[in-house]
Amino acid sequence: MSHRLRVNPIACEAHGMCAELLPERITLDEWGYPLLDGERLEPELLEHARRAARACPTFALLLERERKPQR
Amino acid sequence: MLASAGPSAYWYLTRASGAVALLLLTAAVVLGVLDVRRASSPRWPRFVIDALHRNVALLAMAFLGVHILTSVLDSFASISPLDAFIPFVGSYRPLWLGLGALALDLLLAVTITSALRRRMGYRSWHAIHSLTYASWPIALLHGLGTGSDVKSSWLLACSALCVVAVLAAVLARAAASWRAHPDRSRVAIGAAAAFALLLALWLPAGPLGAEWARRSGTPSALLGRPHPVHGRRRAQR
Amino acid sequence: MSAYATAYAEPDARAQQPAGLPRLLAGARAGGAMTLERHEAVHGSLPAMHRRRGRAAEELIAEIERAGLRGRGGGGFPTATKMRAVAGARGRPIVLVNAGEGEPASRKDRTLTQTLPHLVLDGGELAARALGAKELIVAICESAHASVESMALALAERPRGVPRTRLMSVPARYVASQETALVSLANGGPALPTFTPPRPFERGVAGQPTLIANAETLAHMALVARHGADWFRSVGTAANPGSALVTLSGPVAQPGVYEIALGASLSSLLDAAGGLTARMRGVLVGGYGGGWIGPQQLAGAHLAEELLAPYGATLGAGVVVVLSEHACPVAEVARLARWLAAQSARQCGPCVHGLDAIAASLDHLAGSGARAGAPRRIEELAGLVQGRGACAHPDGASRMVRSALSAFAAEFADHLRYGACEDCLRASELPLASR
Repeated sequence: MSHRLRVNPIACEAHGMCAELLPERITLDEWGYPLLDGERLEPELLEHARRAARACPTFALLLERERKPQR
Repeated sequence: MLASAGPSAYWYLTRASGAVALLLLTAAVVLGVLDVRRASSPRWPRFVIDALHRNVALLAMAFLGVHILTSVLDSFASISPLDAFIPFVGSYRPLWLGLGALALDLLLAVTITSALRRRMGYRSWHAIHSLTYASWPIALLHGLGTGSDVKSSWLLACSALCVVAVLAAVLARAAASWRAHPDRSRVAIGAAAAFALLLALWLPAGPLGAEWARRSGTPSALLGRPHPVHGRRRAQR
Repeated sequence: MSAYATAYAEPDARAQQPAGLPRLLAGARAGGAMTLERHEAVHGSLPAMHRRRGRAAEELIAEIERAGLRGRGGGGFPTATKMRAVAGARGRPIVLVNAGEGEPASRKDRTLTQTLPHLVLDGGELAARALGAKELIVAICESAHASVESMALALAERPRGVPRTRLMSVPARYVASQETALVSLANGGPALPTFTPPRPFERGVAGQPTLIANAETLAHMALVARHGADWFRSVGTAANPGSALVTLSGPVAQPGVYEIALGASLSSLLDAAGGLTARMRGVLVGGYGGGWIGPQQLAGAHLAEELLAPYGATLGAGVVVVLSEHACPVAEVARLARWLAAQSARQCGPCVHGLDAIAASLDHLAGSGARAGAPRRIEELAGLVQGRGACAHPDGASRMVRSALSAFAAEFADHLRYGACEDCLRASELPLASR
């Protein structure tokens, strides 16, 4: 079971806390919006990813589970 | 019984916890108005400011709880538990105490919805959260109108600090948002100016004026009783 | 605004047409909608089908799959796959005909709905029956008054309530005819794209699985149901079979809507339009969010997705805009980029900021500011906005700009070195005014 992070670009208002809480996978572009690579998350980062998703004030950061085989 | 009674411990606790609750609420409002993006710095990252906003608000609610409990337990003014939640039905300074109940109701709605925000959807949560803009001035007016020692300097200084802090935060936010949201900024500045004007006009004529205790609705039976604001002890009956 | 003439196939002109064409445009006459009577005379009546979902319905979907019909609205998604997805979702399906056509350089959908409404409605009815849908919504651009009128009259000619059909007016904005925007509009909200999932096929109008199909796609479906998959595949390429409508504009003798066999060469289309009236500088295919083909590649250009992909271009909704030798490509691309930025739904930060920054950099190259580093900055921004919006609008802008940098590399290099050229200030050849 793999997890991935995805951002809802309509909800996102560039608060930027996600990048502070998961700098390993999230960086901000020059306007403050998150850049995600869309790759699956390593298990040791999962808890941090959950915290980052919970911290988003507009619920824009989504932690999604998928059961599909890896591409 | 009356002669030896000074202000009870409950009265002091009510006053103190109320003042602290107002200070904490002010801090939470200032952090919320400024928003994590403006209130943060390299040493105070946004997620810390965000958590600070939440925790300060919760602490304010805790002190608010003490404030209400002690005011009900204080035998001086016979405030019933119902008066704490339902505005304007009490016998002691109904309008000014009622504002406190109103502020409490609003803050309870905000607190509960924030606890349940994941289930609510962002838009409805945000709509209710905006009630904090109303709860702060209402709480401030409640403190100034109900406090029996409103003329004391420490209390006035406290209130002034709160007012200055919130007004400054609102102006800073309005200035920063001027280009992106000009109408919203205008409304904010207008409301801030109107509130400042309201205070400037009301304070000297109201709580800082003569016989405020009577004018604000203190039951006449209590007007003669010993109490710090009413000065020296009256002669016993 | 230039006058667009629609190419109708006259019987005696058939000799000049490629074999197997016209199909959609067969029997159409200039200056009037085809009545139900004439429509049935030309194409035959609609094949009978069972009302409910069942074997006959699956047979239609299988036939469409065998035909290889792909969406003609720009996405090119296999229609049968879409229909199966809607059929497999829970709820009572709804069919939405997309004739919103927010693309300024495209006129095929309004042509179809105005002059061949019964072809479109046949397709809609077939799709509705195949999916067991009780409701059909026909979305038409609010400025296409003739189409709305034509559709309303056509509906009156058909048996009432089969299926229950309503017309929906779509604002004349670029993003308004995006699929999720149409669903939002049908649900009483603004015509702005929404975040997916859920996609319309799972949960769309009124929370029901919704098939959103371009008007032309459904028109093809109406003919596949009558003539079969093999007939459909007899023209076109293996990967993109069938015919398609294209809107040709620019310096040609007869700009307008033409029906081509997919894979046809660009030069054959230009010939059909009476040839060029000025030399070509380049061609924009796919729409204002499509791709540029530069002078070097024009000779070998063929109109099908797989044949345009190597140029970084796409046929999209069949838009072909020719740029004449008199226009400055850099200035025109700058104007397009500015227009695309203005058409943003303004819901997503990267799109709002990114497209604006791209337009600003292009303006610099076209003469209004510091040029140094502009091409590199544009390339960087184009990469930055890709895939970061809720809809494909920033992707289109990115593709248009990147393909321009490659197709017109020489012109961009000149502008970088010497600044604005004399053609920069000419009036635009591209129709950019809102419709």
